[in-house]
Amino acid sequence: MSAPLLKIREELAAQIRAHGVETYPYECCGAILGRDGDGSREVLALLPLANRRDDSPRNRFEVTPGDVQLAEKTAREKNIELIGWYHSHPDAPARPSEFDREHAWPWYSYIIVSVQSGQPRDLNSWRLRDDRSAYDAETIESSAHSASI
Amino acid sequence: MAVKVIIPTPLRAYAGKQESVELQANNVAEALSGLTLRFGDLKKHLYSDDGKLRSFVNVYVNDEDIRYLQKDQTPLRDGDIVSIVPSIAGGVHR
Repeated sequence: MSAPLLKIREELAAQIRAHGVETYPYECCGAILGRDGDGSREVLALLPLANRRDDSPRNRFEVTPGDVQLAEKTAREKNIELIGWYHSHPDAPARPSEFDREHAWPWYSYIIVSVQSGQPRDLNSWRLRDDRSAYDAETIESSAHSASI
Repeated sequence: MAVKVIIPTPLRAYAGKQESVELQANNVAEALSGLTLRFGDLKKHLYSDDGKLRSFVNVYVNDEDIRYLQKDQTPLRDGDIVSIVPSIAGGVHR
């Protein structure tokens, strides 16, 4: 089976990188809004959120149920869907940790941006497998222009 | 009691693609066990291996978090709406 496709405008990917730089050395987080289709989905908007893990924001992020409901409401108002979440890994690779896997939901796309010494590096997207055993990488298709809302 | 359970988007694929499920339950524990009995694939996403509700799974009865009610023993009445609401967590492991 081929990897699921995630389309994202370069401008939106740049916003995720900039958010990771802004909060470095703490983790940033936010909601990914867009459209889900057969085998591919498209990011159309982002909703940056506050990292609610005040006790250890360097290596943890948390989005409260209230913020999840806010993200769903924001998506509904734009007539699109809440399709996933992004966060940064300060001074660590852009791949999910064991902690990420234990806390992940299926179906959502999880974009991770690595920020090394304050500079944005790799940006990857992942989806949890149905059996929760691991993540599969999504293929990111970045473009200068695509649908906007 | 006839209640409605709202399924969050990431779990709908495991619940017949339904946004909500109607079932009979006297309390939240019965509602969730009825739900996972009907849709077995939901169980691993709602419960950890030790049988406890996962920490990032939040349950509300008519917009009230059951942690501030009687947890899974919160009684249900006809027409109550039980919502499963995600919280999101993760981060670098150190």
